[in-house]
Amino acid sequence: MRPGHGEVLIAEGDVELVADEQRLLEEFRRQLDAGLWAAVPSETGERRARMVRSFDDVPRDAERVIFFPKAAGGR
Amino acid sequence: MWLALAATAIVVLALLAEELMPRLEEAWERHRARVRRAPSVAYDPGRELRAEQRARELLRSCVTDQEWAMYRDLGLLRVWGSQAEAPGTDGAPYAYLIYPHKPIVAYLPQTGRLLSEYCVAFPDETRPYGSVMLPDSDDVLAKWMALTGDERRLIATANVHLPGRQLDPARVKRDIWRLGQWERARMRTQASASELAAG
Repeated sequence: MRPGHGEVLIAEGDVELVADEQRLLEEFRRQLDAGLWAAVPSETGERRARMVRSFDDVPRDAERVIFFPKAAGGR
Repeated sequence: MWLALAATAIVVLALLAEELMPRLEEAWERHRARVRRAPSVAYDPGRELRAEQRARELLRSCVTDQEWAMYRDLGLLRVWGSQAEAPGTDGAPYAYLIYPHKPIVAYLPQTGRLLSEYCVAFPDETRPYGSVMLPDSDDVLAKWMALTGDERRLIATANVHLPGRQLDPARVKRDIWRLGQWERARMRTQASASELAAG
């Protein structure tokens, strides 16, 4: 999600395909290096999000990872 | 006499100029710096509206139907707290109210007592689209994800204030009351629907 724009698709692919997985991994790192936080919302059952700090934390069956600006203390 | 007055006026003006010129130059430089930092993309209300529509769809896809209806109808989301020893709760169940672009409010649902305001923002330092703020629904979703995903981290990041610093406590208490009414009405509707379905 981006200010003034809302949801933007950054990358998509199948983690079971090596080339796709590598591309998703690189994009994941790029977003975290840019200072964004990453979360995986649950798709079923109790709805909550799981904050992920590395690509390995992302469940293999996750349908999406949402990146959003890092939280800061507000006024 | 006029000559003396004119001479005095000139001296006063010269002294004032000497005092004021550096300040004026500084103010001018600040103004130029602000202009330089201004986003190159002009504000576009249509783009902001489309962004908000996308944000609402994204939020809707992440939360439960009940939470979505709560946000749609009341303009806020309630998230239950999960820390065992949250300050001020004495172990009682507590919850947060999430408003777009306003502090998160912690409260005790059993008594309606307001606990704290947590001021948190999600600033984008790159400002690629000419706006520093997330769309309203993205701001709510970001808070929801951060609270449900890592409540302790978000609360540790926020600036904590007593209730009433930004949000009128009377308004928040009214929202808590509205939320209770809304939930009771929803339960009645669902019960009626179940009875009808059962025949």
